[in-house]
This record gives sequence, C-alpha cells and structure tokens, in this order.
Amino acid sequence: MQIFPCPFCGPRDETEFHYVGEPKARPEPAEAVSDAEWSAYLHLNANPKGASREVWLHMTCLESFLMTRDTATNAVLGSEPFTRAAS
Amino acid sequence: MSGFRLPAGGAVDRGRPLAFTFDGKPYLGFRGDSIASALLANGVRVVGRSFKYHRPRGVWGAWTEEPNAIVDVTRRGRTTPNLRATVEALDNDLAVRSVNALPTAAADRVALLDRLSAFMPAGFYYKTFLWPRWETFELAIRAMAGLGRVDPDNQPHGDNPQFNARCDMLVVGGGPAGLAAANAAARSGRAVFLLDDRADIGGQLVHRGGSIEGGDWRDWAASVTAAVEANGGRVMTSTTAYGVYDHRLVSAWERSGTLPDALWRIRPKTIIVAAGAVERPLVVPDNDRPGVMSADAALVYLRRFAVLVGKRIAIATNNDSAYPVADALSEAGAEVELFDLRPDAPPTTLRVVRGAEIEGVAGASGVEGVRIGGQTRAVDTVLLSGGWTPTVHLYAQARGKLRYDEALAALVPNVEVEGVRVAGAANGAFNLDEALRQGHAAGGGQGAPPNAPSGQYRVTAAWPKPDAPGRRWIDFQNDVTLKDVALAAREGYVSVEHLKRYTTLGMATDQGKTSNINGLAAMAALTGRSIDETGTTTYRPPFVPVPMGVIAGRRRGALISPLKRLPLEAEHRADGAQMREYGGWLRPAWYGPDDPGRAIQREAARARDAVALFDGSSLGKIEIIGPDAATLADFSSYNRLSNLKPGKVRYGFLLQESGIVFDDGVTLRLAEDRFLVSCSSGHTDSVVTRLELWRQDRFDPRRVVIHDTTAQWATLTLTGPRARDLVAALDLGAALDDDSLPHMAFTPAAFDGAPLRITRVSFTGDRSYELSAPARRARALRARIVEKLPAFGGGLLGLEALMILRAEKGFIVVGKDTDGTTMPHDLGIAGPRDSRKDEYIGKRSLFTPAANDKGRKQFVGLTVAQGETALSTGAHVIEGAGRARRSMGYVTSSYVSPTLGAPVALGLVANGFARMGQTVGVYHLGAERRATIAPAVALDPEGKRLHA
Repeated sequence: MQIFPCPFCGPRDETEFHYVGEPKARPEPAEAVSDAEWSAYLHLNANPKGASREVWLHMTCLESFLMTRDTATNAVLGSEPFTRAAS
Repeated sequence: MSGFRLPAGGAVDRGRPLAFTFDGKPYLGFRGDSIASALLANGVRVVGRSFKYHRPRGVWGAWTEEPNAIVDVTRRGRTTPNLRATVEALDNDLAVRSVNALPTAAADRVALLDRLSAFMPAGFYYKTFLWPRWETFELAIRAMAGLGRVDPDNQPHGDNPQFNARCDMLVVGGGPAGLAAANAAARSGRAVFLLDDRADIGGQLVHRGGSIEGGDWRDWAASVTAAVEANGGRVMTSTTAYGVYDHRLVSAWERSGTLPDALWRIRPKTIIVAAGAVERPLVVPDNDRPGVMSADAALVYLRRFAVLVGKRIAIATNNDSAYPVADALSEAGAEVELFDLRPDAPPTTLRVVRGAEIEGVAGASGVEGVRIGGQTRAVDTVLLSGGWTPTVHLYAQARGKLRYDEALAALVPNVEVEGVRVAGAANGAFNLDEALRQGHAAGGGQGAPPNAPSGQYRVTAAWPKPDAPGRRWIDFQNDVTLKDVALAAREGYVSVEHLKRYTTLGMATDQGKTSNINGLAAMAALTGRSIDETGTTTYRPPFVPVPMGVIAGRRRGALISPLKRLPLEAEHRADGAQMREYGGWLRPAWYGPDDPGRAIQREAARARDAVALFDGSSLGKIEIIGPDAATLADFSSYNRLSNLKPGKVRYGFLLQESGIVFDDGVTLRLAEDRFLVSCSSGHTDSVVTRLELWRQDRFDPRRVVIHDTTAQWATLTLTGPRARDLVAALDLGAALDDDSLPHMAFTPAAFDGAPLRITRVSFTGDRSYELSAPARRARALRARIVEKLPAFGGGLLGLEALMILRAEKGFIVVGKDTDGTTMPHDLGIAGPRDSRKDEYIGKRSLFTPAANDKGRKQFVGLTVAQGETALSTGAHVIEGAGRARRSMGYVTSSYVSPTLGAPVALGLVANGFARMGQTVGVYHLGAERRATIAPAVALDPEGKRLHA
C-alpha cells in the first residue's frame, strides 16, 4: 500500500487517490486538429520507465495535482499543485 | 514404534493431557505439544501421502517449513484444511486427518501410483493436456489431486480485527540477532516492534541454548523485551510478518489463541529482517522415507517437547551444526552415528564416518536402515543436515537481491535496500556471536555488541549431482525428484521460473522453503551455469499461508462494497418494498409480497392509468455555481446549456473525450450563475470528478465551483395522467397550470414551511412532477403523498416497473442501452454536433472516419409478431444463415408492456436507422427467432401523454 502526498492534505493512503493521466495539452479547436493529433491526445502516452509526471486526484478533497513517481520502484519523488499562467 | 516421549524435560505440561485422534485413531498428547510432536511422541511415522505418487511421508521439520505433515483439523465440528501439523498447537478433542490419502495415510489405496511414476514425469499435467486426451483422465486426476478437503460449514465470523501502526523500527524475528537489534534501538529511545511467529522469544536459542552477556540467554532476552516495552515499543509473539509491500508497509498476522486472529499493517521507518534460516535436506536416494527428518528439527522435538525421534539414529551432514544435535540425542539415550561428507569433519566423541555419502535409505513405509559402502546398517531414523538457507523472503520482497556465498553454501543478501536491513542467520551469520554483532549493528547500536562465546560454522556445499543414481527427492511436497529437474532441463525449461511452473518445484503451501535452493543448484549444474547465473524465483507474499478472513477483516459480505441508502428506505420497506441494488444504490424494485412478475405489471399499468409515486432521490444533484458556471456547463455537455433560461430544464448527454456517451440526464438552470446537473444515480461520483478535473484544469477555480448536493435532497416523483391533480391536492403553494409550469420547467414551492422544488421532467412519457425537498423533510412529504394516492387511484412504483415505462418510450439507460461504442448520433441526436461551433468534451471524436462509419450500431426498437413472448435481453441480432451468420448487434432491453399488451424491446443494431421495417433474426442460446426493426418509441410517438 503506497502513501501519496496530497499537496493540500499531506501524506494519505493510496486508496484515496485516483489516477487521471499524463499531463497533456488538449489540442483545439476541433476544426483545426487532425485525426492523427487527436488520436495521439486520446491514446498515446509516454509511459516512461523511471520518473513519471502524472496528474492525480485526491478524492477526499477533490483537488487534482501533479505527482512525480518512479514507475520502476514506485518511489514518490514529489507532488505539487497546478500553477496557473497569469492571465 | 520409533519416536517416544522422555520422562522429563521439554516445555510440555505433563499434568494436562490432551486427547485427539489422527485418521480416526485416538492418541494422547500434552498441553504445549504441537500436533506433530504429539504424533511423534506416539510413535506415528506416516503422517501423510505425497501429492503426486502417494508415497508415505513422515514429519520433516518442526515449524513453517514443513513440506509433508499437512493435515485437516476438525475443532468443534468445523474443519480447517491444509494446516501444518508442525505449527498447530495440540488441543483437546482435535480430530486430525491426513490429506491426499484414501482412506488414511497409513493405508492409502492409491499408493500403487508410485509404481507408475515412470509415466508421470515432470510436466505430467501439461503433457496430458496435449496427448492422448485430457478429458479421458480429467475426472480421475481431479479426484486425486489437491490436498485437504474444504468444509463448507466452516464459515468464520467476519470479526478479524485489523490494526494500523507506525514505529521507528520493526524487527522480524526474536532470535539473537533480532533481540540484539531491538535492544540497541530501544535503548536509544526508539519505538520498536519486535515480532516472532513462534509463541515465545528466542528463536534457535530455545533449543540450542546459549550464554549471552555472561549468563543464561533468557535473562538477557527478558531485559531486552523490558527495554522495548519501556520505550514505547511492543513485543508480539505468535505474529507472522508475511509480506513487505510498497512504501515499506509490512503485513503481519497475529494469533492470540482466544481472540480472533488479527491483521497488523505496520509502517516502520526501518525493517530489520532477522528471520533466521531453514535447514535443508541432503539429496540422497529415497530421502523421503518416513523417519527421515531435519537434524535441527530432531533437536527441536527433543528440547521443546521432550520427544526423542528415534532410538538408532543416523545423521548425514555436510556442516558443523549437526554435531550439537548428535551430542544431545546421544545424551538423551539414542544410539547415534554421524556420516559426514567432509573428510575433515570436526572431532567428536561419537561414532562418525568421514568423507561418506549415504547411498540409500531402506524401508518402504518407514526407515529401516541406511546403505553405506554397499552395506545396510539398521537404524530407525535418518537425520539430514544439508546446510542452512537464510530466510530472506521479506528482504527479497522489498526488492533485495541475493548472491551466492561459496563459503556458506547459501544465498545471502547482496545489495542495500533503503530502510531494510538483514541480520543474523538470515544474513548468513550462523554463529551466535556473529548474529549478535550483526543485530547490534543493524539496530544502530553504539559500543560493544552483547557478548557471547565465539562459535564456528563450516559447511561444504553438497548440491545434487545431475547424474546421481536413484530416486532423490528435491521437493517433498510436490514430489519433484532430481530426475524431474533433469527432464525439465532437457526439455528446455532452464529458467528457474519455468522450472517451477513445469515441475511444480517450490509451489504449494511450503513454497519450497526446504527445496528451492537444491532445485536451482541442480539446474545450475545441469546447464553448466553458476548458482548466481541461475538465479532464484521471485519471492512474493505471503511468507506462509494466511487465512483469507484475516486479510479480508470486516470487509466481507455487504461491507465489501457498501451500498448507498435512500433517506426513505425505512418507509419503503414498511410499504413492502423489495429492495435491490441499482448502480450502487439500494432502491425499491417492486412492492408487496406478490409474485414479482404480476406486481411489476400491476405497478406499470397503474402508473399509465392513474398516478404512481417513485423515489428518485438517488439521481445526482450536482450544482455548478459562479460567474463561469455557464461556460463550464457548456464545455462539459454535448448540448449547449448557456442559452437555457433560468427556470428551464434541458435533457442532454455528457460525452467522454472519445465521443462515447458517458451519461445522460437533465440540467436545471436555477439562476443565471447556477446550474443543477441531475445525472444518473450510479454516475454521480464520476460526474463530480469529471467536472472538478476540468474546472481545475481549464477554468479559473475562483469563478466557478462544483457542489454535490445529492445527499441533501430527496426527490419524490409523481407520474401519470392524474399526477397534476394529486400534486394540486398537496397544497404546495405553486401554480400548476401548463402556462405557469410547462414540461421541462421548474418552480419553487413550499412544504410545511420548508423549501421545495417542483420540476416537470418525465422518464415515463407521462405528465410527471418531481418534488425535491430537503432530505430531513422527505418523510413527511412522502406520508402526505401516500395518504392521498388512493383517492386518485394511484400506487407505488418500483424500479422494475419504471424500466418498463421508460422502455415503452424508448428512453435509454446509459450503459444498458448504450455500450462502449455509442455516440450521440447513434442514438439519433446529431443536432449539437452539426450546429455547435464552440469546444466541448468529446467534440473532435465525433468527426473521425470511425464516428461516421456506415456500419455503426444504432439505437432502434425491435417488435415481434402478435402473441409471441418477449425477446431475451442480450440476444444477438443476426443476418445470414449457417456459416455466413454474423451478429449485427444485440437486444439491450426487453419487457412486456401491460399498456400495449405486447413485448417491447430496444437494441443496438448495425446501420439500424436504415433498416427500419426490416425483419431480422434474433439468436439466443441456440434458438433463432424473427423480429422487426422499428422506431425505439413504441408508445405515444407524438408525445401527447406528456400534456394529457
């Protein structure tokens, strides 16, 4: 059983978390996106061995965040809230 | 008769005799005995039959490594299968039965299998699968295979507690190394958990003895446990740490004897693996005879239980640890002779033959002699000591890697694992002083380690030689001989993982604790590789078999996946509701004790004729609030919502990014900056998650929030031609004429001073009113409705009848009438795709070539000829005949409509919209019927009933 650090709640049991996916930019507008680009967005993942940056959701506080894990050892290398570009 | 009880000594209570039976025969033992020690004390030699050849087998070991003495134990009428007789404590009135023996271990009818052993080589099952015919032999093989018999009456209560704990250091093993580690850590103020799977502390010290810090080891051990407890730690005996998992979680199984077994989930900062070592056999011919035993085990039986395992004992060894055993047995009165493989064996006062290998063990049902130098010497017991195998399981589970140590003839830990240290015999320290030193260091001890006389341990590796003659057992439990390993190597199964699966070496309840190293060493020799190159199989939890109930704890039955409950469940039950699960919610399926089929038809008919009440409280009620609520609602939804007027309601879909329909439901615009999404009951959590993820990713979270109010509101829905009359009679203070409250609109109202919302939406096709009230007011509201129902000819409506009503109207249930390919235009709703210019989830996927393929499965109705029965849900819609027959889709919903007096069915059929009116085949369980593709709406296609 793994312990994941929620940036808002601290270390919590893995059963409280939901894996969302790799961080990706959503290609849009739809009219300007090719089939290949869209297919890559939907289905292609880097799936690295080693350090992997992933989006997770802490289901008890409902905040999503970025976590970096080593996919070979399951070691957690860090977690951070999303930062927003100034708009 | 071979083993017997000595008149004095041991840790058994001779004042407390215990009666038990083994294979039906009565015996006596003492409090403090294990089942195995009691059997040995009674001279019982054959305790089981081997798995494959049904060879008679005796007790080999004295603890969890035991491969042979597997028994079913009946206690107070309940049988627990496959326990190790060497581990289970004896108790009064136990009925012990040998496994895999027909009828008893002593007289097994299937024993002639052993003579057919030439026909049962390694990979026997796999080969029989291929040739001649598995089916011919399956029944007989299945009847003979397996170990104990499951007792269906043995259903333990779900009361095994589970505890979570943290500590600075977890020490696994209460032998000298573990005690030294715990001592060092506790005395520096750290909280230590010290675990041992035996009922006492001490490990090998208990039967081999020893002097520590200049006195009896027990005095020192007592001071250690006192220090542990004084520093916030805990000493737990009869507790097995059986698995190390990610992030250093250790699972331990605690047996108190009187209370139910418990599971401990312990998260230590550091784990010390001081789990000791297991003695392995020498691979000599016929080394599986009853009466062949581990030398160390014989010493355990002598010292712990005062049982002498034989009178004339031959000890074959390759290492020094057998010598104290020989001395002790001789002292206890046995005639002992040593056969040491090493020409330079240590000096001893006993008879010893140096540089000698036993050439065989005589005696079909028990040891009668050993062959040496071509002659047989009469003995009743043969002890084998082939060296020690460190118990590295927990270290290896924590990703530790092993290396072969030539001098120790053992696989020992090789690399550092963060937070895990190995000490003592588990780390190849087979002498007391070295074990103490390692433990002290592992525990972070300063200064000198606990003092003990220096010892010496020497061993000469005696790995199986590939060409050795005779039948030499490597794995007793799975009947794997040296020849089987050789055959596996010849047939190409040279990887140890393949070897394990092909021959079953190292499988089953003992997981090869005594056999793995001999097997892989044999494979190394057969393939000309080193032991390091050959490697080990993967170590996986659990270290010993753990009862499933301990792992499950209280998460059993209804608690495995707890259901969501309606606030009005008690009221529904009082009215005779039959509750069933729908999408994780427990909801009324139908009412009354009547035959369900009739009750459901009656409820559906009454809803069409008059009015019916159903509980829609489980439908999701998710609010989107804030200045950006409309843009988030638009992005999330297939249908635009920003142009919905406050006070109005719109039906629509939520799509996945893949364009697949994820959920359907209605959305209310409560105010300019506030929407209420009423999603499917089973989808509420996932819709909240999805809205949150996009809100945080794409929107300014300060300008829009998601708020799930599902649990705060109860929704009672009235449907049917007299629904308005009934709502009017409730006096809710709202105008109900169609101008004031048209279909797809809502109005605030009041009930007994509490806020109420009346929404006109319909899942039945009839005029319907959803009354949503705060959950705590729902009981009073329902009571008033139920009181009025009879006056309007109305009744209660369960989910099953509601399913008929919605199917008559062709209303979908997502996940039932849609599948993982269904896009909105497959359901006939293509408007937003064709008109929306803005972005929304799933949009791009609706424009791919696949999304516009002509052969897509589309949502249609299916009708059958007059008088025919309903189609089967799940039946295939087919075209073609014979070998050309293929599936075009399937029936998703099928019911009998009381209103139409005919079956109604819905389905997904390839290119279904273009096939309207066509007759197709419907195939189910070997039978084929005919059906006609029709519009999904079977009742009131003009929608007049909504306004009737």
